[in-house]
Amino acid sequence: MKTMRAVWAIFLKDVRSEVRTRYAVNALLMFVITTLAVIMFSLAGEVISSSAQAGILWVVMFFAAMSGLSRSFVSEEERGTTFTLQLCAGPLGVYFGKLLFNVVLVILLNIVIVVLYLLTMDQFVINQPGLFWLVIFLGSLGLAASTTIIAAIIAKASSKGTLFPVLSFPILLPLLMAGIDATKLAVEDNVWDAAWPNLQILGAYIVVVVTASYMLFDYVWKD
Amino acid sequence: MTDAIKHVELSATELSKQFNRRKIFRDLTFTVENGEVFGITGKNGSGKSTLLRILAGVLTPNSGSVAFHVDGAVIDHEKIIDIMGYAAPYLMLYEEFTALENIRFFSEVRGLPFDADKARGLLERVGLSPERRDVVHNYSSGMKQRLKLIFAILHHPPFLFLDEPTTNLDKDGIEVVYSLIEEQRKHGCVLVATNDASDIARCDRLLDVTTGAVSEGGR
Repeated sequence: MKTMRAVWAIFLKDVRSEVRTRYAVNALLMFVITTLAVIMFSLAGEVISSSAQAGILWVVMFFAAMSGLSRSFVSEEERGTTFTLQLCAGPLGVYFGKLLFNVVLVILLNIVIVVLYLLTMDQFVINQPGLFWLVIFLGSLGLAASTTIIAAIIAKASSKGTLFPVLSFPILLPLLMAGIDATKLAVEDNVWDAAWPNLQILGAYIVVVVTASYMLFDYVWKD
Repeated sequence: MTDAIKHVELSATELSKQFNRRKIFRDLTFTVENGEVFGITGKNGSGKSTLLRILAGVLTPNSGSVAFHVDGAVIDHEKIIDIMGYAAPYLMLYEEFTALENIRFFSEVRGLPFDADKARGLLERVGLSPERRDVVHNYSSGMKQRLKLIFAILHHPPFLFLDEPTTNLDKDGIEVVYSLIEEQRKHGCVLVATNDASDIARCDRLLDVTTGAVSEGGR
């Protein structure tokens, strides 16, 4: 119960802090708009396959996550508040509070990306909306779960900006492959049965990453 | 937190710390009990703050151990944050929030309900009541130091760790610190890392981090 209160307090603190400072949101939105504009101009008039469409969507989602999700821990480190947090909150409260914030942020971010993608890419049609949004939801959870623990690991490093995507890419590869495949199936009007193995991979990925993070975080958090 | 507590004790046994190959201190052994104000002294870079961080459970020693006892029971490592308060100049607050918002967050993250009257009382006590709705970013270093004292005592911890507590404070602020120390003496113990003569004068015993020797304080 006490840990739940700490989780909620840290989540609310991060939301209020984000509303005041726009630490992550501005960077994320600028990245998304710029990337989608570049894609729109470079693909003008081209007909591309559903695989490529799904791949491009996930590339945008991956790099958008890379440009903003590390802020949850990096901002604490840069402001020097990590020590303060260590003195008043247990590791579990901190990890799940930050995870909850990243989950909400990445879900909202991916909704914005998909809506803008639909508006800018005429040929991108979702034939299985239920499957599509489930894939986006599970993909968002997986992205948030991985990037939260990686952000905690790299927060104390001197070259955070480089380390974050370098460490994230191999860890996120299974999620990206399953996500791209399932998105392609949702775009191509395939039945749910075909996408089921990918959904299982996405679900298992989330469980494995959150469990491993839960076990590791105490060591990552303390010096 | 401290209402029903009768006896508290902190014991450090043969604590040693080194960063890479540089030895900070070695084999520090001491015990602090309730009613005591225990001073930690030593020249700059001798490891006073490092020792406090180790005692607070934030830093791991290379060897040795720290044990907290409350009414005879050993306190688990993960529960130390509930029984310990900490104030230091290097402790940072959330500067985009007001003093009241900081207090609300620190209450809630500790699992305590936010009590606005209590928060106002604490702010009044440290002399920050008129500025309670200003964002901390606009505070002077002395005002921030006063707010850090609230962070340390908000949950009535039986163990209070103060690192250079009078840094940045004016005469009134220093009096607030000393009154808090005397109050804490009644229901727990205080560890003060300092080289300030006035602070040392309020300590019952002193630890010299460089030599590891414990001597009588200035009180």
